[in-house]
Amino acid sequence: MSDFFSLLVEEFPRVRSGLWVTLQATVLGALLAGVLAFALGLMAGSRLLLARGFSRVVVEFFRGTSLYIQLFWLYYAMPLLTGYELTPVICGVVAFGLNFGAYGAEVVRGAVNSVPRGQYEAAIALNLSPSRRLWKVILPQAWVQMIPSFTNLLIQLLKATPLLWLISAADLMTVIQQLRDRTGETLTAYLTLLVAYFVLAYALTMLMNLLERSAKRRLGLDTGAKSLFKSRSASTTAVGGTR
Amino acid sequence: MATEPLPLKKTESPGPAGAPEDAVPAAGSPGGPLVRFDKVVKRYGDHVVLDELDFTVDRGEHVTLIGPSGSGKTTILRLLMTLEKVTDGVIWVDGAPLTHVRTPDGSLKPAGEKQLRESRKKIGMVFQQFNLFPNMKVIENITEAPVSVLGQSREEAETRARELLDLVGLSAKVDAHPSQLSGGQQQRVAIARALAMEPEILLLDEVTSALDPELVAGVLELLEDIARNTDITMLCVTHEMNFARDVSEKVLMFDAGRVVESGSPEKIFSNPSHERTREFLNAVL
Repeated sequence: MSDFFSLLVEEFPRVRSGLWVTLQATVLGALLAGVLAFALGLMAGSRLLLARGFSRVVVEFFRGTSLYIQLFWLYYAMPLLTGYELTPVICGVVAFGLNFGAYGAEVVRGAVNSVPRGQYEAAIALNLSPSRRLWKVILPQAWVQMIPSFTNLLIQLLKATPLLWLISAADLMTVIQQLRDRTGETLTAYLTLLVAYFVLAYALTMLMNLLERSAKRRLGLDTGAKSLFKSRSASTTAVGGTR
Repeated sequence: MATEPLPLKKTESPGPAGAPEDAVPAAGSPGGPLVRFDKVVKRYGDHVVLDELDFTVDRGEHVTLIGPSGSGKTTILRLLMTLEKVTDGVIWVDGAPLTHVRTPDGSLKPAGEKQLRESRKKIGMVFQQFNLFPNMKVIENITEAPVSVLGQSREEAETRARELLDLVGLSAKVDAHPSQLSGGQQQRVAIARALAMEPEILLLDEVTSALDPELVAGVLELLEDIARNTDITMLCVTHEMNFARDVSEKVLMFDAGRVVESGSPEKIFSNPSHERTREFLNAVL
């Protein structure tokens, strides 16, 4: 046991860079996914058939093809087709972004649809422009509904990052695996990984809870400090229209 | 309840900004009714809600629409607010078609969003369920549209919003969120929000139906004040027959998508000429 940890300390720079790769892939992948989720999710509610159709096709495609295969495509097949090679981390970011963006688009679409009809109507009655209706009235309310589902997706994304190992990016999982191979301490190595990913996931949950709390405050719904530490599923948040 | 003079302008003559009335001959006769429904049909699938409906509302008039539920009263308000589209017929407001535009050959075609936004400038609406924006404080609910639609400065809009909140008796709630207000308070904010847009026509859709009984009187009193002290044209769908009697000059009785009977409240309530009106009034009074 001590062997593993002494090696861990010795090889700390590598472990740190593995952690960095994992975090980079998670955060950048999530950012790309977020942008795609909003773009595709809002297009899904568009009046234009073409926009709706495009969104539908993209969402179904990236939701319906495995993340593994998307990674392999980007890393191994794309260079053959285009002659253009992406670094493993960029490949990961793009694949995670596309895949989780497709799931996120459904979250955005659902949350926008869940804003009570009366809110649209009041915005029309006040003659707000269509973009003002969306940005000032609908999205701030939909946002609160999205956060719990986004938290789930973010954690799933984090937990998908060990797939980077498949395209030889040295993420946290890969580095720890290598330490295991050198020390033979399988139990310790995998226990360390369990703890590491749990800590990362919990930190992300708390960050998202902070975000949720501030979004709820803006709706005049106060939540106690306790809510920050809860890891709850998407269905527990409900925002009454104007009750 | 506010009994002071209301901080609402009684427009004496057409303002410099508004087009002079004699410049709008159009299809509606100049100086004619402010609102005119011309053979308006509204159907949902096979269900006919409004059946070639004709009626007019004069400038400054306070009209109450009564009738059994499902008779199409609320649909009339929703059509005027452009929340629904007419199936057939034309609605004229101030001599111009509300949801149509004239084509070069003189016929009418459905208006696009740009023309609809132009039409909506004259009209405001208060809803049964208040529909305040929960993501905005009370004052922001009132100032959002004047700033972003009318182009008022933030200070100007806030000053006016405070006056309106004073009028509706909620000066203390400027910075509250809608979720912290009672239903009656929310509805008063919604009324202030609609007035902030300085509508010529105010549509009131069962504005007291969702309120606890003890909160109804306050809201009705407020609306009476507004009716008495402004020249805003009001169309009101209500089950409050007292309000209809006290505030409106004209009552329209609807049944099955048509006007069954119209007249002064005195006449409709004390001497209805139509059997359907009698039945309805017996049921609600």
